[in-house]
Amino acid sequence: MHEFRYDPVQLPASAQILRSDVRTFIAEEVASGAFTPSRNSWNTFDADFSRRCGERGYIGMRWPKQYGGHERSALERYVVTEELLAGGAPVGAHWVADRQSGHQILRYGSDRAKQTILPKIAAGVCFFSIGMSEPDSGSDLAAVRTRAIQVESGWKISGTKVWTSGAHRTNYLIALARTGPKEEDRHAGMTQFIVDLSHPGVTVRPIYNLYGGHDFNEVVFDEYFVPDDMILGGVGMGWKMVTGELAFERSGPDRFLSTYQLLLESIRAIGPDPDDRSANEIGRFVAHLATLRRMSTSVAGMLERGAQPIVEAALVKDVGTTFEREVPETFRHLIPTEPTLGEGGSYPELLGMTILRAPGFTIRGGTREILRGMIARGLGLR
Amino acid sequence: MSEIRDDLLKTVDRIFDEHCQKSVRESAEAGEWPAALWQALEEVGVTRAALPEGAGGSGIEFEDAMFALRRSAYHAAPVPLAETMLAGRLLAAAGIAVPEGGLTVAPVQRNDQLKLAKEASGATVSGTAHRVPWGNLCAHAVVVGELDGIGVAGLISIVGAAGSVERNLAGEPRALLRFERAPLIAFAPLEGALSRLETEGALYRSVQMAGALERTLEYALLYANERVQFGRPIAKFQAIQHMLAVLAGHVAAASAAADAAVETSGIAPDEFGVSVGKSRIGEAAGKGAEIAHQVHGAMGYTREHNLHYSTRRLWSWRDEFGNESYWQTRLGRAVAAQGADALWPMLSRL
Ligand SMILES: Cc1cc2nc3c(=O)[nH]c(=O)nc-3n(C[C@H](O)[C@H](O)[C@H](O)COP(=O)(O)OP(=O)(O)OC[C@H]3O[C@@H](n4cnc5c(N)ncnc54)[C@H](O)[C@@H]3O)c2cc1C
Repeated sequence: MHEFRYDPVQLPASAQILRSDVRTFIAEEVASGAFTPSRNSWNTFDADFSRRCGERGYIGMRWPKQYGGHERSALERYVVTEELLAGGAPVGAHWVADRQSGHQILRYGSDRAKQTILPKIAAGVCFFSIGMSEPDSGSDLAAVRTRAIQVESGWKISGTKVWTSGAHRTNYLIALARTGPKEEDRHAGMTQFIVDLSHPGVTVRPIYNLYGGHDFNEVVFDEYFVPDDMILGGVGMGWKMVTGELAFERSGPDRFLSTYQLLLESIRAIGPDPDDRSANEIGRFVAHLATLRRMSTSVAGMLERGAQPIVEAALVKDVGTTFEREVPETFRHLIPTEPTLGEGGSYPELLGMTILRAPGFTIRGGTREILRGMIARGLGLR
Repeated sequence: MSEIRDDLLKTVDRIFDEHCQKSVRESAEAGEWPAALWQALEEVGVTRAALPEGAGGSGIEFEDAMFALRRSAYHAAPVPLAETMLAGRLLAAAGIAVPEGGLTVAPVQRNDQLKLAKEASGATVSGTAHRVPWGNLCAHAVVVGELDGIGVAGLISIVGAAGSVERNLAGEPRALLRFERAPLIAFAPLEGALSRLETEGALYRSVQMAGALERTLEYALLYANERVQFGRPIAKFQAIQHMLAVLAGHVAAASAAADAAVETSGIAPDEFGVSVGKSRIGEAAGKGAEIAHQVHGAMGYTREHNLHYSTRRLWSWRDEFGNESYWQTRLGRAVAAQGADALWPMLSRL
């Protein structure tokens, strides 16, 4: 049986200095009117804000200085990201590049990719999307049909990606495409490509979401040319990299802080002297949150030590997203209000926006069911 | 795992394997004192492990003592280890010498109040304490109350003092103690004695539940892989896999919450850590036990299978020293009083 464990971590003193640095930054930003925390989520796209994050050294924190990084530890990065999220900062523009794409390029990219792209990501001026899902390939990623055919000095990609968050505003995406025949091993023959969205042969069309927002897109490739040195990790390695990437994606504070602004505003609305029922629910959420943070920092500590806490990370996401979804469902009882369409400028709008975003929490980055299947595998059940 | 922790694990697991078989658990539920088990724990110093060294402790860290307690709960050991540790730490904090043998504490229910009084010969205690854990089998109890408006802890002999004995769902004795100007062996001021008893009691129950949850998950995983229906182990059914994944989430959260509470309670129980722990782990106890039983089918509903030793403890301990609602409400009030802007600094202080 797999034993999962959440060893305690000690945050280094440097992390505490960074923490107050980020708090000062956020306070200044809010004071200057750059953003309003309750209006944001970690998907909120604000290129100017991301550039200022880059200037302060908050992006690419773990990467070598040679590529514009800051050679910080996983725990230092953890503290910066959790402070940005807790502060309601609009980190959506650089989030994916910082959390996963940059990391992949650093590990698997060509020299040219590393040299031309990473410094721009770290500077907060270059943004990424994820091109995995397709109309017929969601949870079953091995079913991708987007195909890349070898041509002179590169590959030509044709096919359609969907739900591609931010692709109408980002600079690049990493596309998973089929490069070999489907063999007995369904996971063979897939490759990841770095796609420059400003080049010809790729069209981005909006797919409006549940709340009428334009976050994700359909991305259509029509013989889009990718030079050989924009392949990640070699032909046929796509599957291995995609699954590795997801592990990184799973255990961060973004997996339990998606409804934190609603929690805060609800506590504010209930006031300093809550009745028993409200106090009870607030206390319950705080207990969950404190525990999740402990689990999540512990996973960051394990990643730092080079461990592969796959089950631990998956558990953080499953428990964390379950918690996120309970927050609006509980406070709507405690603060009777009619949720309202809008941008989160008032409590009814914040509640409304959270309710409409909530279904995505347990779908994006691998559905709850897929995640539970992975946990079960880790527990030795399949 | 540290070397000390590793040694401790081997030592206590050996003791429990040897002295905590089913027959011992059953006879303990029938009212018999598990003398051999207790003696083995005393011999290796586990019963005094939570005490500071100056107060007769075994020289191990508080965190390691709590680890031993967690293992005792994993093994469903029918002994007042938590109570003895709790009483000992209260005595040590008050500067009173800790006697040998099993110890318990009173009062353990919020509505019970003991009246302490100074008399010519010393101090006495009067009043009724309900459901004192192991109060019929321990030689001494630590009683807490107030004297002249100051918190006080006192030591009293309770041999033969127990009135009626009830049992919690796990069959652990909970005794009625009635005192009528009963003389204290020793007493000393202890700041916030009542709330310290309650908070520390909740800490130990949290740690115990974390241990019992670990065992509960283990039983459920074993059973799912063993039990065959429709030609394959039930572990192969996705519904079972998903239930067990949810159970694992609760066990993981309980484990992390227990560690966090212990870490901040080395000197005295930490209000925030314990509130979080008892709340989160109490919730995990109920939800986790439900899943484990569902996975076990009728077999888990029997007295034969060992699952019930763990789940009956979970269903008992979550309500002792304050249930989830009590601690959540307390925590929620503290958070609301400080205001939303104080929440993140509080959560991120570690
Ligand atoms: C807000 C949001 C943003 C997103 N952004 C991106 C992005 O930027 N890039 C990108 O590539 N993708 C993105 N996605 C897509 C996301 O990765 C997929 O939605 C997800 O992987 C599930 O695929 P699907 O929607 O096709 O659902 P399906 O796979 O069709 O699943 C439908 C239902 O069936 C269940 N199911 C499927 N297979 C199984 C199984 N084996 N066992 C049990 N149940 C199963 C699922 O859990 C789900 O409940 C985004 C999604 C959302 C909601």
